[in-house]
Amino acid sequence: MTGVVKRFPGVVALGGVDLDVQRGEVHCLLGQNGAGKSTLIKVLAGVHEPNEGTIEWEGEQVTLSHPQAAMDLGVATMYQELDLVEGLSVAENIFLGHEQTRFGFSQRSAARREAAALLARLGHSEISPAAEVGTLSAASCQIVSMARALSLDAKLIIMDEPSAVLDAGEVSQLFRVIREITDQGVAVIYISHRLEEIREIGDRVTVLKDGRTVTTGLDAKTTPTQELIRHMTGRSIEYVFPPKPEVPAGEPLLRVEGLGRTGEFSGVSFDVHPGEVVGLAGLVGSGRSEVVETIFGARKATTGTVTVDGRLVRPGSVPAAVSAGIGLCPEERKSQALVLGASLASNISLASLARFSRAGLLDRDGENTSAEELLESLDVRPRGIHRESRTLSGGNQQKVVLARWLLRGCRVLLLDEPTRGVDVGARSEIYALIRRLTDDGVAVVVVSSEIPEVLGLSNRVLVLADRTVRHEGLADELDEHAVLDIILKGDAA
Amino acid sequence: MSADVTKVDQTPGDQAPDGGTGGGHDTSTQGPPVGGAPARAGGIAGFLGGPLGRNAGLVVALVLLIIVGIITAGDRFASPENALTILRLGSVIGVVSVGMTFVICGGGIDLSVGAIVALSSVWATTVATQTLAADFHWIVMVFAALAVGGVCGLVNGVLIAYGRIAPFIATLAMLAAARGLAEIIAKRRTQIIRDRDFITFFGGSVLGIPVLVILFAIVAVVGWILLNRTTFGRRTLAIGGNPEAARLAGIRVQRQTMYLYILLGIACGIAAVMIMARTTTGTSTHGTLYELDAIAAVVIGGTLLSGGRGTVVGTVLGVLIFTTLTNVFTLNNLDTSTQAVAKGAIIVAAVLLQQRVSRTRST
Repeated sequence: MTGVVKRFPGVVALGGVDLDVQRGEVHCLLGQNGAGKSTLIKVLAGVHEPNEGTIEWEGEQVTLSHPQAAMDLGVATMYQELDLVEGLSVAENIFLGHEQTRFGFSQRSAARREAAALLARLGHSEISPAAEVGTLSAASCQIVSMARALSLDAKLIIMDEPSAVLDAGEVSQLFRVIREITDQGVAVIYISHRLEEIREIGDRVTVLKDGRTVTTGLDAKTTPTQELIRHMTGRSIEYVFPPKPEVPAGEPLLRVEGLGRTGEFSGVSFDVHPGEVVGLAGLVGSGRSEVVETIFGARKATTGTVTVDGRLVRPGSVPAAVSAGIGLCPEERKSQALVLGASLASNISLASLARFSRAGLLDRDGENTSAEELLESLDVRPRGIHRESRTLSGGNQQKVVLARWLLRGCRVLLLDEPTRGVDVGARSEIYALIRRLTDDGVAVVVVSSEIPEVLGLSNRVLVLADRTVRHEGLADELDEHAVLDIILKGDAA
Repeated sequence: MSADVTKVDQTPGDQAPDGGTGGGHDTSTQGPPVGGAPARAGGIAGFLGGPLGRNAGLVVALVLLIIVGIITAGDRFASPENALTILRLGSVIGVVSVGMTFVICGGGIDLSVGAIVALSSVWATTVATQTLAADFHWIVMVFAALAVGGVCGLVNGVLIAYGRIAPFIATLAMLAAARGLAEIIAKRRTQIIRDRDFITFFGGSVLGIPVLVILFAIVAVVGWILLNRTTFGRRTLAIGGNPEAARLAGIRVQRQTMYLYILLGIACGIAAVMIMARTTTGTSTHGTLYELDAIAAVVIGGTLLSGGRGTVVGTVLGVLIFTTLTNVFTLNNLDTSTQAVAKGAIIVAAVLLQQRVSRTRST
């Protein structure tokens, strides 16, 4: 495709993108949030029609006016926001839109057989084709999505951050499948924020910035990281973790003792001092998110206690946790944290409405002033307090969620995947923000799939595996390999 | 049955004889309370940003209807008396619709409003209540209606928020049960209100404006303030916009949900009092199909049926459009079937227009 321009009313989402993808290659797309990656994918998938520019397919100019046209050509897309129908079975999802029929009746048994074959090819024969998709984990859904793309006999498969919900083992399975299909001549457009993945699987790299191609056709294996980051950001930065805070001796602020939930996790005990960061490391499915949600009262603990400043927090009640001074930035920003259609100001004040209540009436000036100050101090862009929160990029949305708890003035902050879907520049800002919080004496718990992130941010780290704590130690005494060893072998190597 | 209370055979409840004749028509008296006058504030931009601008499609529709009314019915339509007639006609369903706006903003729906109006009206006009009212004051009847409405709303709210029954199902059950109970209590007969003071008070006028219209205006203003200027309103919009996010922000989603149904139940109780005053009766057929009229008014007003965004001003405009339509049709001697068809067309047209306006606005 050359010179593709996509304008939405009021914004130019793509302002001239050039990209060529060859048979059998893995072409990686890099770019910060809001660089136009998702829009580009949608243009290729036939969801949006470009206003300018041309798309050529096997030497011929084509118009992709609707998704079916793209599918007919052989373009399959795995969206970042999983696009599966929860109430339907795995097999029905895989063949949705191209069901095998005979005389108008769907061929259920044939579909299930083929679905099973596709899943086996992906190394996940444990997923039953008859299972309802709504009951599957996020990682399994990703596999189903992948099977769906394969079932289309696509010549080009677009993968938008497929590894975001996968753990290391599943990522290597995914890579094995990608290699297999590229050997058969299928091209893959691969989007990821993880540079190490791009190194491993990619052939060439195209970097997008502000809706334009900055550079295209870089060698994925040999281009230095610094150079890639410079193209993406216009400045040269690595993931920079701020220096770790000194932990004051004294009484812990948050104390978790013997916390457990039947079937989810058990025996989780740790405490966090004011100004300290404790990291929870573990693979997807290790129970990390369940632990923080239980501390927050969003899930009711079956055993164990949570105390803040020596006072017991009533289990299973979010309001009780919030009034004890606990805040949670949940894993899924869009579905769990933000009211997407509401303004930034009302998202920020959501946990502090009582403060802006004058005999029930809302003090809107006070609300707006506070929101304005926070947006400025956190450098949220674009700023306007009346802007709908859905219009912000991932990193800025995360800042808005943080602002909510800053406003509330919480003393214990639980951060579940604080940098998922957040670009490199905003990551460093969020890291710096966490440091600022600890300087103010906030006790922070960080959950992340990225082991370097957990190690880089935390004073102490808990390694979770098999739904319980396998190891607790100082972050400085661990490295990525040691953590993986603990997870895989069940003890500290 | 006590001889104190006159019962007559069932009559189709609430159609008060409302015709209309006379002079000039002033739309400004029909304007809903919009809390300030932003239309004047900043020219075009201020107008489009203000409540009236957001409801531009509805205002246009209402103006068109008024023009049609003036052309087809002339002075009989374009008179202050007729304007008040329209407002009086719309006031009962208007109160229900303002309440419905809250439930829909909060991500719910209530199909039982008509039945609750009927049950409240019947309960407030039973022999026992009327005797009590005669001994004390007619305010007893008002409290009875509000209490019955509130309790019905409480039952809806508890079933939906804590019983986790889908709002559609829970209120469908209430629709059947409440009207059934109303029939049992009234023995399918119309209960006449004997308390003259009650009828004189609610049937009267203050400074030329019917009390019913004043009540509607008060409910609309209170509703607007509650939705736009209070933490209650903010919580309502939050649980409708994203219940999970609201829950994880520490908002008591279940309790708030329950409050919304109670609020609507009480609005139904107010509506019951108003309909009792207008018809001087309580009967189990009061409020028939109010659920559809109220939902239609709310939706064409621009409140999202999925929750999270809503407008009381839009709802009021929606109610006015439907009642003006009825009035224009009545004045032209067109039957109710034709009205129903026009109503359907208006719902579709208004929503299409609304979508276009909001799309251009979001650019």
